[in-house]
Amino acid sequence: MSDTEADKVPGDVPFEEPGVAVYLIGLALAGLLSVVSFVMATTTLVWVPSIPVALAVLAIAQMGVHLVFFLHINTGPDNINNAMALAFGVLIVFLVLAGSLWIMAHLNHNMAPMSQIMQMQH
Amino acid sequence: MSGLQALAGASRPAAGRTREGRELHAAAGTVSKRIVVGFGFWIFLLSDIVMFSAFFATYAVLVGDTAGAPDGRQLFDLRNVELETACLLASSFTCGISSIGARLQNGLWFYGAMAATFVLGAAFLGLEIKEFAGMVARGAGPTRSAFLSAFFTLIGCHGLHITAGLMWLLTMMAQVFAKGYRADILRRVLCFNLFWHALDIIWVALFTVVYLMGVAP
Repeated sequence: MSDTEADKVPGDVPFEEPGVAVYLIGLALAGLLSVVSFVMATTTLVWVPSIPVALAVLAIAQMGVHLVFFLHINTGPDNINNAMALAFGVLIVFLVLAGSLWIMAHLNHNMAPMSQIMQMQH
Repeated sequence: MSGLQALAGASRPAAGRTREGRELHAAAGTVSKRIVVGFGFWIFLLSDIVMFSAFFATYAVLVGDTAGAPDGRQLFDLRNVELETACLLASSFTCGISSIGARLQNGLWFYGAMAATFVLGAAFLGLEIKEFAGMVARGAGPTRSAFLSAFFTLIGCHGLHITAGLMWLLTMMAQVFAKGYRADILRRVLCFNLFWHALDIIWVALFTVVYLMGVAP
């Protein structure tokens, strides 16, 4: 459209945004990680206690793939604000998750057994 | 990024059109509206993810409190979740293709990829509704136990986001059709793309924490 071209000045850097190849790489990597996750969840070939850890690692890796190849968050100089906002978001998510689980586990641990509470009510 | 400015610059007043005007803008530290809008929407998405983290924490605390009702191992059908995951991942890809179509102002790519995204997203939603209906029919509805309340809240909240996304998608197709690839319309398309990709990221956490860890030995 001539409309969008009107503002160009000599020496302007040509328009560069990710092409199809970036999305194809993202799709392949994310698909691979998903398939491995689903296989991991039901397999009997690995040491069983390691499965939840493996699933968590695979999920974090896949979220990273989505961020880089689909949302195009990187640490380039023109992208630093996005990365900083993401880092802050991750911090808050970590605090909410870890804090809730920690507090609730302690409450559970320090609470009298349910049978005892029922007796106290009578 | 100055390429983005060229795209967003179409709506800028005539003062910025001369070379001197642009250099003044640059000296004052003005960034293009497209970058500001994208960044603002990214902040919103992060706040949405923080809200989801609260639902995740609730689910993780309550996952063991089944009150005698069936737990995830008995209720979850991984075949269904595999299909849902495949639909959503493919729709994320077609959504990316539609953003290229919008940038190139190519109707075939834009409308084609947006339509494919809609079909895949609707298929995901259909599979989720089928799963919910099946669970309620088995007597495992959201009122049955704390675990099920947390499950329906967490998955249902994501499903509501997908529903809103599908309506937004149709709106964007209609707006591009009616108003063309105007700079302000393209900024809305950018925000829609970010929204849809973010929903797929949340789904990765969902299928791992809820379904896979729920059935893992």
